[in-house]
Amino acid sequence: MLPAPFEYHAPKTLDEALDLLDQLGDEGKVLAGGQSLIPLLKLRFASPAHLVDINRIKELDFIEERDGTLRIGPLFRHKAAERSSLLASRYQVMADAAPQIADPIIRNRGTIAGSVAHADPSGDWGTVLLALDADLVLRSKSGSRTVKVRDFFSGPFSTALQPTEILSEIRIPVARAQTGGAYLKLERKVGDFATVAVAVHLQMDDGKVGSAGIGLTAVGPQNIKAERAEAALNGARLDDSTIKEAATLAAEAAEPKADHRGSVEYKRNVVRVFTERGLKRAYERARGGG
Amino acid sequence: MGQSITVTVNGEQRSAEVEPRLLLVHFLREKLRLTGTHIGCDTTHCGACTVLVEGTPVKSCTMLAVQADGQQVTTVEGLLTGGALHPIQAAFKQEHGLQCGFCTPGMMLTSVALLQEKPDPTDDEIRWALSGNICRCTGYMNIVKAVKSAAAQMKAAAAVPAETAAARS
Repeated sequence: MLPAPFEYHAPKTLDEALDLLDQLGDEGKVLAGGQSLIPLLKLRFASPAHLVDINRIKELDFIEERDGTLRIGPLFRHKAAERSSLLASRYQVMADAAPQIADPIIRNRGTIAGSVAHADPSGDWGTVLLALDADLVLRSKSGSRTVKVRDFFSGPFSTALQPTEILSEIRIPVARAQTGGAYLKLERKVGDFATVAVAVHLQMDDGKVGSAGIGLTAVGPQNIKAERAEAALNGARLDDSTIKEAATLAAEAAEPKADHRGSVEYKRNVVRVFTERGLKRAYERARGGG
Repeated sequence: MGQSITVTVNGEQRSAEVEPRLLLVHFLREKLRLTGTHIGCDTTHCGACTVLVEGTPVKSCTMLAVQADGQQVTTVEGLLTGGALHPIQAAFKQEHGLQCGFCTPGMMLTSVALLQEKPDPTDDEIRWALSGNICRCTGYMNIVKAVKSAAAQMKAAAAVPAETAAARS
């Protein structure tokens, strides 16, 4: 399978890339890891006239904690996330998700930001970022703006990102003491998209939930933030009845469709079970356990 | 429309005019006639087209040839040195790590990258590393055996010169 013809640009700096995108307007498309975009080009689901490949802009590959914010660059790949000791120690929801993305070879190239910008409702990273209440920096030649990840997705494969913009940074509030997270994913086999997945991030405060984030994958037209479930947890002690209530609310927030991976009832039930398990695991981790 | 690229393939610089839409796998197979890299699913699932780009396994059906400009690519043809099989090739042969052979180039290249990083992998680590390479014949048992056997061979081979040197001193 060959993609439709396009012109290829490989800028060496971010400014050069932004200039190009500015000139190209609707005709330009950013190529990061390419593990979703290139298959789409081959299937001719997408046929941009110009590709702007950012892989040669080395300064876009970064992860750092600075000024109270964890910052992740657009070329930070799944593999790097899988190996990051920083994520393993303090952002477990990300560390859990990374090795569950696609397969090891795809993880060598695919990027977190690319996956978020692609906005597949079955994509994992959008859900993780919803649980973490991340901000996305969208940068164009004329400046940059910051969008909450919950305001970013507008439907299947559609987002607030303009064709002249690059998702130039993912910003996550730095994890304080007593945070824990978990990502639970049900997949039929390695490399399959999720049947259902649930992301949980907890900030505990004196034995009570300071803030809770819950995201749902593959059970709606976009990654879902289970806001009512989060609200039920905030300020509460994390006992069995609170966990059960939150899990029920998360299941209600899901809008699954029946397909070859399962029925509506089945998927909704998996959301409930995974939310319970995810909360328990995140709580354990917040208290310093595995 | 053509764009000129130079890619170091199996240690040799190869230049060509290519269309930007040309996939790396087609560049290797059709422009360079290196047909050891196979096209299986063509949809980024099976791993048959795996090659090493700068030492890292990549599905060459999901990368553009122009993206490899200036980079090092290793295909299965590059595993052979001076007519001798690479230990991973010898081990796949010895342990019957293949039946039809279609997935084998990708399996071996992914394994080579694994052994670079982890010279002594466990069964689980091997299965995990190879989980992006699909085999329809073997049931994987002998593939895992082959990788373990190659690991042992490579370790033994690496130990020999050191011992010889020690004996001399």
